[in-house]
Amino acid sequence: MVRLIGNFDIAEEVVQDSLVAALERWPEQGIPDNPGAWLMTTARRRAIDILRRDRRYAEKVALLERSTLPDDPAEADDRLRLIFTCCHPALSQEAQVALTLRAVAGFTTQEIAAAFLVAEPTMAQRIVRAKRKIVAANIPYRLPSGPDLPARLDAVLSVLYLMFNEGYLSRGPSVSARRDIAEDALWLASLVDRLLPNQAEVLGLMALMRLHLARSKARFDAAGQMVLLPDQDRALWDPEAIAEGVHTLEAAALLRRPGPYQLQAAIAAVHAEALSWDGTDWDQVVRLYDRLLRLVDSPVVRLNRAVALSHVAGAEAALGEVNDLAMALGDYHLFHATRAELLDDLGEHSLAREARQRALELCQNPAERALLERKLAG
Amino acid sequence: MKYVLLFVGTMEDQERFEKMPPEAMEAGMKLAQQWFEDYGRSGKIVGGEQLQGPQTATTVRFENGKPIVTDGPFIESKEIIGGFAIVDVKDLDEALDMAKAWRAGPVEVWPAVER
Repeated sequence: MVRLIGNFDIAEEVVQDSLVAALERWPEQGIPDNPGAWLMTTARRRAIDILRRDRRYAEKVALLERSTLPDDPAEADDRLRLIFTCCHPALSQEAQVALTLRAVAGFTTQEIAAAFLVAEPTMAQRIVRAKRKIVAANIPYRLPSGPDLPARLDAVLSVLYLMFNEGYLSRGPSVSARRDIAEDALWLASLVDRLLPNQAEVLGLMALMRLHLARSKARFDAAGQMVLLPDQDRALWDPEAIAEGVHTLEAAALLRRPGPYQLQAAIAAVHAEALSWDGTDWDQVVRLYDRLLRLVDSPVVRLNRAVALSHVAGAEAALGEVNDLAMALGDYHLFHATRAELLDDLGEHSLAREARQRALELCQNPAERALLERKLAG
Repeated sequence: MKYVLLFVGTMEDQERFEKMPPEAMEAGMKLAQQWFEDYGRSGKIVGGEQLQGPQTATTVRFENGKPIVTDGPFIESKEIIGGFAIVDVKDLDEALDMAKAWRAGPVEVWPAVER
């Protein structure tokens, strides 16, 4: 195996994965006639997956376009089965995310640990335990059956979204590592779409990710400091990515099955199509949040809606709604940061300062911390 | 593969159940019976019992080499095991489908050690 790949670490992981795959499948499907050959084939496929993953995203997409997926339904099935198995609800969500990154997207344990700011042995253990549970509890390696599919697909999408957010807002040190995980989450979502077409929320999630990624060049300035949406240089947004995101969202809408990811994508699309923060169609944004709340009544969604509301009904009305969320969001740094912005709008600068300090106390992300510190200093 | 399904309830549920009028209690018990009948017919159930309440349980443990018998379960808790079923099915998803069909409370699904 090392001979073929030329990289011992990859070879080791690949062999291990093949053994786990064997453990999973052989009890169900019987030991193949030539176990050695089966292992080699499985290992070779895994190695190809990993080597592919090491290339840049654009090349990866090109590979996907040219891949044998349409012609080889068995391999496509395999990959989809793997995704659903990694995202089985019997595994904890953190295990699902780690395992999907490891087994489907081909990240190394070290890369995943770095992205999630977790010690490598801890992450390794999390992944090993997840694999062991799959074997010990006999979690089946197959596509969920009809009635189970919607809920199971939801679980897959949750994992992909979590992965995307981690990558996009990563607490890890390097920008490139962040973008890779976010882009891979998008790649996985598009893979799920190819293998399970015409699912509105899969398209919704893809649209949401594309629209967020379209803004990535504007998120950090030349000095490497984080720039929030209100202050971003919109000339740095990627118009092609925006167009693609909107197009994907339109395709989702045609399926007439609205859902939370589609609504979040619609909100992102309103922002993406606005020429400026002030020129944003805030009415539309508030209305979209209202629809989202009817599906997902969460305090964070309410918080985000309040920000939009401030542009429609004024800072005081918005602040009232934000304050109502104090019990639910007292430990959430963005709650306090939002309060700070609204208090500043109302001229309550010392109260704003206090709120910002509270936000700083609760904030983990280094880029966000730096931003809060700059606001406190300036 | 065998799994043990532990049917969990709380002390509150138990007390509420005991205070129910007989028709309601019978309806509740019928649900459990139905579950055992339906899955029993499919051959998936290889064992199981309903347990009497925690107040009827007795614990034996050892201290300084001597057996000590005490009243009640080992751990005094709000959650109680009302019963269990041993099922023999293809994989976890099948065991989970059976657990989802149990309407009388949460179910813990434990894989049995294979021998």
